[in-house]
Amino acid sequence: MTAAIELNAVEKRFGNVGIIRDLNLSVAQGERHAIIGPNGAGKSTTFNLISGHIRPSSGEVRLNGDVISGLRPFEINRRGLSRSFQVTNVFSRMSVWENVRCAVLWATGHRYAFWKNVDSLPEVRERTSQILDDIHLTHRRDVPAGLLTYAEQRELEIGITIAGGANVVLLDEPTAGMSHAETDRAVALIRRLTEGKTLVIVEHDMSVVFGLADRISVLVYGHIIASGTPEEIRRDPKVKEAYLGEEAH
Amino acid sequence: MNATTTSASNISGKSAGDSLRFYGVWLVGIATLIVLPMIFSSGGSLTSFSLIGIAIVFALSYNILLGQTGLLSFGHAVHYGLGGFAACHVMNAVVSHGWPVPLPFIPLFGGLGGLAFAMIIGWVMTKRAGTVFSMISLGIAELVASSSLILRSVFGGESGISTDRTALPKMFGWTFGPQIQVYYLIAFWLVISAIAMYALTRTPLGRISNAVRDNPERVQFIGYDPHVVRYIAFCFAGFFAGVAGGLAAINFEIANAAYLGAIQSGLVLFSTFIGGVAFFFGPILGAILVTYLQLGLTSVTGVWQLYFGIIFIGIVMLSPGGIAGLIMMHRPLARAGTLQTVIPSYVVAAVPTLALACGVILTIESIARTHSGQSSPINLFGVAFTPASPMTWASAAILIVVGFFVARLSWRRVADAWDRAATIARDRGYLA
Repeated sequence: MTAAIELNAVEKRFGNVGIIRDLNLSVAQGERHAIIGPNGAGKSTTFNLISGHIRPSSGEVRLNGDVISGLRPFEINRRGLSRSFQVTNVFSRMSVWENVRCAVLWATGHRYAFWKNVDSLPEVRERTSQILDDIHLTHRRDVPAGLLTYAEQRELEIGITIAGGANVVLLDEPTAGMSHAETDRAVALIRRLTEGKTLVIVEHDMSVVFGLADRISVLVYGHIIASGTPEEIRRDPKVKEAYLGEEAH
Repeated sequence: MNATTTSASNISGKSAGDSLRFYGVWLVGIATLIVLPMIFSSGGSLTSFSLIGIAIVFALSYNILLGQTGLLSFGHAVHYGLGGFAACHVMNAVVSHGWPVPLPFIPLFGGLGGLAFAMIIGWVMTKRAGTVFSMISLGIAELVASSSLILRSVFGGESGISTDRTALPKMFGWTFGPQIQVYYLIAFWLVISAIAMYALTRTPLGRISNAVRDNPERVQFIGYDPHVVRYIAFCFAGFFAGVAGGLAAINFEIANAAYLGAIQSGLVLFSTFIGGVAFFFGPILGAILVTYLQLGLTSVTGVWQLYFGIIFIGIVMLSPGGIAGLIMMHRPLARAGTLQTVIPSYVVAAVPTLALACGVILTIESIARTHSGQSSPINLFGVAFTPASPMTWASAAILIVVGFFVARLSWRRVADAWDRAATIARDRGYLA
């Protein structure tokens, strides 16, 4: 079976500085894959490379077997890849309802339509309220997104990411800055909403990573030094030395 | 602040009462347009109403860019002007070829003129938002304005292109000679355009335009190309600006270079912003106020533009949401039933504020009139002041100084009253 995401010898240089060096990564269909690594290792850059936010200097990125490196973000999104952002990135002046609805519109085929009333599209309405239910924000539906609490904004961020029904979901530190209780809630949410989908997650919280991931890749200085099941990663001496060190034990 | 949301999600037919109120507002608006010339039937007021109607269509079209899509254009009058020229040329062609096109259809050709130019120039212009877009719009505006004086066969040079609206085929026996008939033609197109532009905000494109305004980066990750969204919005704005230009061409029976110049572009930005970009009805209020002031102020003072500047700065600094923002700020209070606790403090604050304004007006007029060699008295609420006389200066100084300090105190009172009312509204769940 073709891998959901495949990175072959991807490099990213800013000027002379190589941020990503010879990055090879393969994520199988339906897998929950976590990317961990110290600050500045290039985790978010990797996400930006996959989602088309930035272009690789060389190498190729494949989505379900097709080369997507060089495509624009919306073209990649239309092929079934969606991502969230580390820093909350919502439509702050629009209501929670409108945020999610906007994320539903392309996937339901309404695109740039200027001849349809957005309020009378039943499938859009149903899907939007379903997502709001899923992320537990139904009671906040008319609140402008900018006025939500931090944890609520993070949940909305996940809601927008999955609203389009993408099969491959990239989540960039979804629980960053959350309390323990909020983190547990978010993890349960992620687990439920990405059921049957391919998930790639960047995360600092090791309990989240080891609790959620089927496989883990360790990124250090723009290079993957180890990739395997949580058990393999835990035992890998290179990982212990380079990164986990005291944190895992 | 709740007032900054453009979302009209509460109109989505949540309850029968809401939709009744929604249609009620539109019906009252239409009824007003019909009845207005029957109450104020003088030639002067008919002319004013016609100009206001045109200005409303123009300002609403501008808000498709500024309020809905977040594009600050400095050259929106280009589409208005080209619409006007297109309308004039079509009218003249209709007359000379004897085509069966009655006058009421002409604004459509104005719209097509504005749209055509938007389609040609828009793809490049909307590639980027923000400062880049604004700068290009400024450049295009200059380009077209200067071309209009060079391409004499198209733009008629300094004198412009004139036309005769009464020479077109009649419709329902209307010649459109009298201003009242032109007024109703403008009112008809105003209603059609306003409904169309409102409906546009309720479409998938309209909603995504707001998303592009808020966060163009994120839009790309929900499947949309922000460039395409901006381009389509730009085309719609160009079309309705062209309709407004076509109406102006009918009203004045001429199109000239002033239509597409920087002053016209500035005025529409001014009207839209003063009215408030965050609400659909904001630009309507702005267009009414600015057109009215423009007509009213020019007859009483030679430095009316100075007052415009002061008003603009005042709104930008004190109420960035414009008049509509100010009005909508009060909605939660009205719903919570605490609005009446604030009103008295407004009334109290209005007195010193008015005194301060009078002092400023006296000063400005004194300086302006003495420097332009005029000695006509300054008439302020029936009191005549001789420009630059010691008495006038003293009054101005007293009004400004006393007005300023008392106003400051009284506005602090307003803030306190407002806080109390807002707290109650928040407790009752009407304010976030």
